[in-house]
Amino acid sequence: MIDIRDVSKWYGTFQVLKDCTTAVRKGEVVVVCGPSGSGKSTLIKTVNALEPFQKGEIFVNGIPVGDPKTDLPKLRAKVGMVFQHFELFPHLTITENLALAQVKVLGRGRDEANERGLKLLDRVGLKAHAAKYPGQLSGGQQQRVAIARALSMDPIAMLFDEPTSALDPEMINEVLDVMVELAREGMTMMVVTHEMGFARKVAHRVIFMDNGEIVEDAAKEDFFGKPRSERAVQFLSKILQH
Amino acid sequence: MAFDFDVIARSLPYLWKGFRYTVELTAIAATGGIFFGTLLALARLSSVKPLALAAAGYVNLMRSIPLVLVIFWFFFLVPVLVQGITGAERPPQIGAERTAIITFIMFEAAYFCEIMRAGIQSIPKGQVYASYALGLTYGQTMRLVVLPQAFRNMIPVLLTQTVILFQDTSLVYVISATDFLGAASKVGQRDGRLVEMYTFVAVVYFVISVTLSHFVRRLQKRIAVIR
Ligand SMILES: Nc1ncnc2c1ncn2[C@@H]1O[C@H](COP(=O)(O)OP(=O)(O)OP(=O)(O)O)[C@@H](O)[C@H]1O
Ligand SMILES: [Mg+2]
Repeated sequence: MIDIRDVSKWYGTFQVLKDCTTAVRKGEVVVVCGPSGSGKSTLIKTVNALEPFQKGEIFVNGIPVGDPKTDLPKLRAKVGMVFQHFELFPHLTITENLALAQVKVLGRGRDEANERGLKLLDRVGLKAHAAKYPGQLSGGQQQRVAIARALSMDPIAMLFDEPTSALDPEMINEVLDVMVELAREGMTMMVVTHEMGFARKVAHRVIFMDNGEIVEDAAKEDFFGKPRSERAVQFLSKILQH
Repeated sequence: MAFDFDVIARSLPYLWKGFRYTVELTAIAATGGIFFGTLLALARLSSVKPLALAAAGYVNLMRSIPLVLVIFWFFFLVPVLVQGITGAERPPQIGAERTAIITFIMFEAAYFCEIMRAGIQSIPKGQVYASYALGLTYGQTMRLVVLPQAFRNMIPVLLTQTVILFQDTSLVYVISATDFLGAASKVGQRDGRLVEMYTFVAVVYFVISVTLSHFVRRLQKRIAVIR
């Protein structure tokens, strides 16, 4: 479903991504981890062309992302994305946040969009908050709305960039629960996170990045059982300490 | 010399006409200025370099020339320009009032551009990413996500600039447009009561500007609470 082939990216002379190659199959959950600045966010953003890349190619459902002829808005509408800082639109109510792209991008009617939005809101347990503004919700609630907003577009895959790292500890689980459920339903997911509990529970594969390189790309059992690289071992011991 | 404030009462209808023109000019110039200023701001922030440069050049030019000069310049230039575009035999008569409107929109656009640019830049990049990620285009992202927020954040500054604009419109007297000050001058000169008229005009400008500024400050506090 997502096929990343030899992708390299530079900021000036600084190379952020070095020949990254990996794939996410339909229904697969892949967790991406690695130290800060290793290029995780950059890699995941190249998948829906939020970050351009200079070398290599990425195919999403067979569509070449780097091809200038590709209709990017159309491609992005099919790939959901959830951000570290939620990025709900603060000037719109929760209902409007959920309906906006459905109406403007998919061309759904306002009523249909609102109904679909409410259903998803109910699913993440926030139906009672439909009329509120994002600023009136807690971080955990905002992130659940953000997931519902992405799902409202009926995406074929979901990208998560550290969805819980801006949250207070007591709110992390309410977001992870929604993600676990999504994974169990068979959603194709690429998740940048340091929540190894989540990885153990639902991931099929774990990718470890360092310095812009994919250092390790292994089945979950292998990654936690016997990571091959020294750097991954160090990283794991560091984040599993707390 | 005795003051004769009766001259004000006598010429009130004429003064009122001038005042209405001042308010109209302010409203039109502010609306048009914000509209074109926003377009200029988008151009300045565009990744298309020639567009960004052209917009920056225009804004910096407007901001480094005194307004009076711009008014004179347009007063003589606009008719010639219109003639050039339409190919008319003689420069058309545009009239001081309309020249003033065009001039003020074009001049204020430069200032509103800088305000809107600051407003747009105050919106976190993540909002743009989130909008793109949902499949919205550049135009939709600006219109539906970025500009409404930028505009809301900048309302106090936009209003403050409008108060300045309200005062600056009095400069149209140099091309003999009959705004509030112009009307008062004409009455004052006719009746030999310039001191009274100028005092009256000053008081009106003062009261309106202070009231508006006070309103802006209250609005600022409310916006700060909402955010
Ligand atoms: N616009 C930019 N210009 C120059 N360098 C950048 C830019 N954006 C990111 N970088 C650099 O690229 C590298 C990778 O950044 P990226 O955000 O992908 O890392 P990350 O693995 O997501 O880190 P974190 O865990 O802190 O989110 C970092 O060294 C960062 O400083
Ligand atoms: Mg990151």
